[in-house]
Amino acid sequence: MIINGVSIDETFAEAFPMKATRAIITAQNEKWAMISAQAMTGFATSVIACGCEAGIERVLDSSETPDGRPGVSVLIFAMGGKGLAKQLETRAGQCVLTSPTSALFAGIDEGLQIPLGKNLRYFGDGFQIAKKIDGKRYWRVPVMDGEFLTEATTGRVDAVGGGNFLVLAESQPQALVACEAAIVEMKKLPNVIMPFPGGVVRSGSKVGSKYPALGASTNDAFCPTLKGITKTDLSPEIESVMEIVIDGLTKEDIDKAMRVGIQAVCDLGAENGIKRISAGNYGGKLGPFHFHLQEIMA
Amino acid sequence: MSALTFTLKQETAQRVDMSPLVCQLLKDVSIDDIAAIELQNGKRKIPVSELFDISGADTQNIVIKNSFAKLDFIAKDLQDGSITVEGEAGAYLAMGMKSGTVTVNGDVGLYAACEMKNGLLTIQGNAGDFLGAALPGNKQGMKGGTVLVKGNVGQRVGDHMRRGTMLIEGCAGDYCGSRMIAGTIAVMGATGRFLGYAMQRGTILLWRQPKLSATFNDCGTHTLAFLPILFKSFRKFDSKFAAQAIAFNRVQRYGGDMAEKGRAEILVKLPSAGQNDSAFSAESFH
Repeated sequence: MIINGVSIDETFAEAFPMKATRAIITAQNEKWAMISAQAMTGFATSVIACGCEAGIERVLDSSETPDGRPGVSVLIFAMGGKGLAKQLETRAGQCVLTSPTSALFAGIDEGLQIPLGKNLRYFGDGFQIAKKIDGKRYWRVPVMDGEFLTEATTGRVDAVGGGNFLVLAESQPQALVACEAAIVEMKKLPNVIMPFPGGVVRSGSKVGSKYPALGASTNDAFCPTLKGITKTDLSPEIESVMEIVIDGLTKEDIDKAMRVGIQAVCDLGAENGIKRISAGNYGGKLGPFHFHLQEIMA
Repeated sequence: MSALTFTLKQETAQRVDMSPLVCQLLKDVSIDDIAAIELQNGKRKIPVSELFDISGADTQNIVIKNSFAKLDFIAKDLQDGSITVEGEAGAYLAMGMKSGTVTVNGDVGLYAACEMKNGLLTIQGNAGDFLGAALPGNKQGMKGGTVLVKGNVGQRVGDHMRRGTMLIEGCAGDYCGSRMIAGTIAVMGATGRFLGYAMQRGTILLWRQPKLSATFNDCGTHTLAFLPILFKSFRKFDSKFAAQAIAFNRVQRYGGDMAEKGRAEILVKLPSAGQNDSAFSAESFH
């Protein structure tokens, strides 16, 4: 398959099941909601070492938030329910509770309920106040700037992590421009995050390593500097490869994000140095969700 | 299917225990069997058919017509379904109600919504003392649900109240929120003496400055983020509380009762310029 001169590999991206939740952070204005959200989703690029993958889903205007203030919705993904609950709680406690004027609400009502502010309330040292409104429990925790309002729990749902595609270009700047274009379009979609810095990862990994202690290592088949000395997957003209990783609440959400992202890359086309689109295919070792590139772009 | 309607033939000299006539107990019961149910009337037991004309068949939607102030225990322990009372209701209305809706077009007596667990009780008229309270000797009053009163309420509203929301469009008598454990009481009109007496936790939300006892301390003026969410939850009611114009998030906060746990709060709307509160006249207080 070739789109605008860009070859789409006959391969699939391999993704795995995750647990996910959404939290809504509001504040006096969008600036402070964003600061809190950025802090909460910081150091959350990969479950390999961060404990979770998290990102900002989108900015919410006042009419979309529970308390009528500007807000930001964030998605957090982890490999298991316990890990997700732990990450959510520590991040909420250190990054949202501490952030001026913030309030924190559940972004998913269905699914198993996991603590959001349920345990943060103890920061109130007995002065905290519970309010049950329309079946939802809120905690009001007195803090130095007034009151921190938080919903007690949020819903945990099954999700999919690790959807991805690789952009193979003739140069590093061209690969980056293409990935930036893809991210701009993908960020417009709900229910997905691209957890790596700026949404783009340059150190794509393969499963396993020559070092027994490591579960993942550099994807040498796509490293351009190793073209001559390893079993490469790159043709001679490829000088740079970048990857976009997508976590989504459902397989369909990732499908859609991949389609939009790949299309944006292909719109730049071969004339801008984009030669191929491939995907992280680990031969079935990584996970049960397979995203076939040519089916997605058909 | 039309509502199962009980039309009172004539007022009785003695009080009537209406607790057998609730939706969950009448489900799948024939009209003949309903007519034969005996109700306690003073020291006598009399069949339903002697007191009421019965019409309709939908046992999950009950209407009591010509009701008067001696029909006690209406909607006691109600679980789902709806009960509408045309006229007055006696004591213990919706006592221990678990779910469903109860609407009374007139005034109601003592202990309405006492130990209520959930559901919605709407009282178009006035309510007597001990609304949403605990029965004498019991430690916990209303534990959930919403009570909406369009008129005034008597003394000891929410005595020992544990959870839930009480919305009072009119005025409240003395000892409003007394010994309250938690929950929310909102009063648009005036409040009487000893507001929040021995209150442990919970919120009393007021539109008018009350006369406070010395054991409630001023905590200053604040903008509270939970108030917009609370007011938004009122919008579904057919009530003054549903109006966007009555909502506020700037309050004077009083903490107390310092003679008790001191974790309760009385929140009073901060007056805005040009506002006229005369709609809630203390003269209408009973």
